[in-house]
Amino acid sequence: MPTISVDKAALFQALGREYTTEEFDELCFEFGIELDEDTTNSERPIVDGVQEPPQLKIEIPANRYDLLCFEGIALMLNIFLERKPLPKYRLVEPPSGELQKIIVKESTTKIRPLVSGAILRNITFDKARYESFIALQDKLHQNLARQRTLVSIGTHDLDTIKGPFTYEAQAPKDIRFVPLNQTKEMNGEELMAFYDKDKNLGRYLHIIRDSPVYPVIYDANRTVCSLPPIINSDHSKITLDTKNVFIEITALDKTKVEIVNKIMVSMFSEYTSEPFTVEPVQIVSEHNGETRITPDIAPRTTQAEVSYINQCCGLQLSAEEICRLLTKMAYEAAPSTTSPDLIDVHIPPTRADILHQADIMEDVAIAYGFNNLPRSFPSKSGTVAQPLPINKLSDIVRTEAAMAGWSEVLPLILCSHDENFSWLNRKDDGNTAVKLANPKTQEFQVVRTSLLPGLLKTIRENKHHTVPMKIFEVSDVAFKDLSMERKSRNERHFAAAWYSKTSGFEVVHGLLDRVMSMLKTAFIIGEEGLENAAVKDSHYWIEELDDPTYFHGHSASIHVRIAGKDHTIGTFGILHPTVLENYGLKYPVSTLEINIETFL
Amino acid sequence: MATDMTNPVLDALSASEGPILSNEAFPSVPSQTVKAALDRLASRLMVEYETFNSEALIVTKEGEDVAANGSHEARVYQAVLAAMEGLKIKELPEVVGKENAQLGQGSAFKKGWIKKDKDVLRAAADTIVDDTQNDVKKIQRGETVSDANVLKELKKRRLVLPKKVITFKITKGPKYAKELVKEETDLTADMLQNGSWKTATFKPYNFKAMGAATPSGAFHPLNKVKQEFRSIFFEMGFEEMPTNRFVETGFWNFDALFVPQQHPARDLQDTFYISDPLTADRPREDPENDPHRPKPVLKSTGEEKKLDYQEYWENVRQVHENGKYGSIGYRYPWSADESLRLVLRTHTTSISTYMLHKLAANPRPARYFSIDRVFRNEAVDATHLAEFHQIEGVIADFDLTLGGLIGFMEVFFAKMGIHKLRFKPAYNPYTEPSMEIFGYHDGLGKWVEIGNSGMFRPEMLEPMGLPKDMRVYGWGLSLERPTMIKYAVSNIRELLGHKVDLNFIETNPAVRLEKE
Repeated sequence: MPTISVDKAALFQALGREYTTEEFDELCFEFGIELDEDTTNSERPIVDGVQEPPQLKIEIPANRYDLLCFEGIALMLNIFLERKPLPKYRLVEPPSGELQKIIVKESTTKIRPLVSGAILRNITFDKARYESFIALQDKLHQNLARQRTLVSIGTHDLDTIKGPFTYEAQAPKDIRFVPLNQTKEMNGEELMAFYDKDKNLGRYLHIIRDSPVYPVIYDANRTVCSLPPIINSDHSKITLDTKNVFIEITALDKTKVEIVNKIMVSMFSEYTSEPFTVEPVQIVSEHNGETRITPDIAPRTTQAEVSYINQCCGLQLSAEEICRLLTKMAYEAAPSTTSPDLIDVHIPPTRADILHQADIMEDVAIAYGFNNLPRSFPSKSGTVAQPLPINKLSDIVRTEAAMAGWSEVLPLILCSHDENFSWLNRKDDGNTAVKLANPKTQEFQVVRTSLLPGLLKTIRENKHHTVPMKIFEVSDVAFKDLSMERKSRNERHFAAAWYSKTSGFEVVHGLLDRVMSMLKTAFIIGEEGLENAAVKDSHYWIEELDDPTYFHGHSASIHVRIAGKDHTIGTFGILHPTVLENYGLKYPVSTLEINIETFL
Repeated sequence: MATDMTNPVLDALSASEGPILSNEAFPSVPSQTVKAALDRLASRLMVEYETFNSEALIVTKEGEDVAANGSHEARVYQAVLAAMEGLKIKELPEVVGKENAQLGQGSAFKKGWIKKDKDVLRAAADTIVDDTQNDVKKIQRGETVSDANVLKELKKRRLVLPKKVITFKITKGPKYAKELVKEETDLTADMLQNGSWKTATFKPYNFKAMGAATPSGAFHPLNKVKQEFRSIFFEMGFEEMPTNRFVETGFWNFDALFVPQQHPARDLQDTFYISDPLTADRPREDPENDPHRPKPVLKSTGEEKKLDYQEYWENVRQVHENGKYGSIGYRYPWSADESLRLVLRTHTTSISTYMLHKLAANPRPARYFSIDRVFRNEAVDATHLAEFHQIEGVIADFDLTLGGLIGFMEVFFAKMGIHKLRFKPAYNPYTEPSMEIFGYHDGLGKWVEIGNSGMFRPEMLEPMGLPKDMRVYGWGLSLERPTMIKYAVSNIRELLGHKVDLNFIETNPAVRLEKE
């Protein structure tokens, strides 16, 4: 969730009153944002000899792009508090009647095909507004725009450039300009090298770097305005004195480009000489049918059912009451003339998060107050509790192992490739383990196919413990299985390890005997309908095994016969000394591992 | 082995009329040896004793030398007196020894016993009284030297030193006897057989010591808390979901939950993707007779529809791409490839989705839960691991209300001792409304976020084929966080993984969430 820092004094002035931290926290809580921190009593940075005024750090839900800046938070809280109505956003064409144009060349389809634009006329910036304007672009880039990959914004002083603009894609070498806040002109290739190590911009270069063409916006005089999604040109940069702002937005995503445009203009049109007016821009994009006038700031009109809203909220509100509550959430709503069960809802351009009447219903509940809703207990339909069979079986094995004096451990499911294979003297045949594509550390390379690595690591980390150490785990491992929809399957295993000065081979064997005898009983009781003959038929045996994980001559495979069918369910033995060395263990270890799913 | 003093003590008491004092009766026996015997006798009520701590002066080895041979200064005087022609200063150490010369010369001058004549020492007094020797002798005899200055001087010269002395005043106890009889330490089968238990004296049991440590196994503390949560779910009529499936597809983990394909949660930074195997199949029917599915215990009343997986897939695509079911959708080109990428499940809600889709075959009230491992590609720190357990509950029923979800949460959390709840509007791509649950923690004196909840979005439920008036609550919390808060564990690695201390596992008490 994004966190927005706003000036406390300015916000309370905008809200028309002072709040204590607790009062403001409560307001945020009810509205659905979260006061993370009030820096009034914290150490605040000193910039240019002036200490930063107290800030409120507010956490914003990830889908509320309209709350990503001071202007939006102040406006939406004022509307929620019924101090202000929702502004009426208007498009105003220039007096000449001729719209600024962005002409889109087909070449852009190779790299970043979409563009949108808008103009804010006669805007008045001050330091706070200017900084908020920059910060909002940054927040949109980070969140909705997915680190500029999907959408990126360029803002320009319109008085330094001249339309019509063109949006095209060119070979990097052919694009020459002075980037923002630089003095030297460079071409696209040089620019990539120049910003390669830049902490801020470096992380966006990959979006276009290897493309044969880079997107670029030119003005009528072939002056570069920007190289999206990397940087604007220094020539057209906006300053505190900028009066007319040209906003261009390039994108891969058709929906998001317009959301960003609407958020930008609805947040900052407040500061134009005629508040809440926006000058539209004509996009000429014949090759892909995207010719249009942007932004479209008309409210989206939809309908919602009174009965649905009341039913979900457990309320009996009239259509009028619902509409009144919705105005607190920045909607314009009225009972519909077509049906008494419908309301007509106008969703403002700021609320891109409204997709369904469920969203409208939620806003009614928020405006009503979640904590004021009549509470009940959903008890009208009976259901029957049931454990998952494999978990019930696991609990039997766990209980038996613990009653036998063994301690349960809970290691991680992910482990390194070595821990799962070579450290156990096992070879990876490439068809066994599920492998991770993007782990951050070597500790998490594969999903374990055995419980042994976790047990052995647990012993390694507990060398201070007295010996013998007797530990066990009942949990899932996973295997690659191409026959399954998800190409893998889990398998529930039981494993135990003994660590002491002597090998404990027969102790582990004894634990196996104990668990087996208990499982046989469980098996007989659990499966109704089986003939008693099956009881005689469910037994197990062990066979000597040659397995490099174990010490030669001291390991066995474990077999069960259930209802006449034979299964090999696991192995036990003294671990090979090289395995102990790999795991850094000084004393002998005997282990046991079986697949318990056979007993389901 | 220390000497057993029990019989000497009993003998001494027998010989004496009244109480005896240990320092008089056994002056040379170390006090701890005496005390061991007294404790043994006292526990049998054979003696009673009082302990006195006092300070006594003891004569050091040097002091004993002084008592026998005179003080250093006296020996210097004697040596000087013996030399008829006076004693050359530099010869003094040879005559009386280096130490006496060093320590005694100054004092002998000071007392006016000797005088200096150029480089020769001569006697200045005809006779002397060696007070120092006399005082040390007095102390040796146990007499007191009352002059504090003298004592201070003797201590300074380390001729006598103070020492703590423990003295016991011993009297006969109610069960005094002249001899300590042999005591049995345990009741044995032999004693039962030969009847000797009737006459035998038993060693008293020490009620202040712990018993013998009992060998015992243990469940993992986190699993004990998990069992408490499972019980709560069972008490409230919930069926456990088949979460034994770590690998999921983009479809089940995200798309089916109406999480758009560009959602940050699907970033490589947050989700583990699988490199081998690489691509899943499209959703399809489960293999028949899956032993992991519990057999339904309630006879189904409605008709079981056959689930159409292809239709489900298409519905999901449409609701993302163009909108459907009254939703405008996210309006982006939905990629089938992205949906078929394999991931380690980031939440068990993927299984809830799977179960709800199954429910669409015959929509009826249902309650499901699971508590199992989930995976996040997060940097590991004190509160984050790449793995943790998610507790998830789902209630499906017709015409459920938001107030019902709140009311349910009040009961659910009351069962674990949390009685004050409040609810904050929140955002979650697959629930609307979404509520964060805050519980008041008395110990911390503040509101703590304890879980997330909501009603699943129509865009998630209707593509499955669930009817429009069926509402589904979903809520979740981690198993680790409430455990850490309850047991004041500050680092998650002390709770989950191979670094957990085995002693912690073995000594962690039983868990009763409603009590603690």
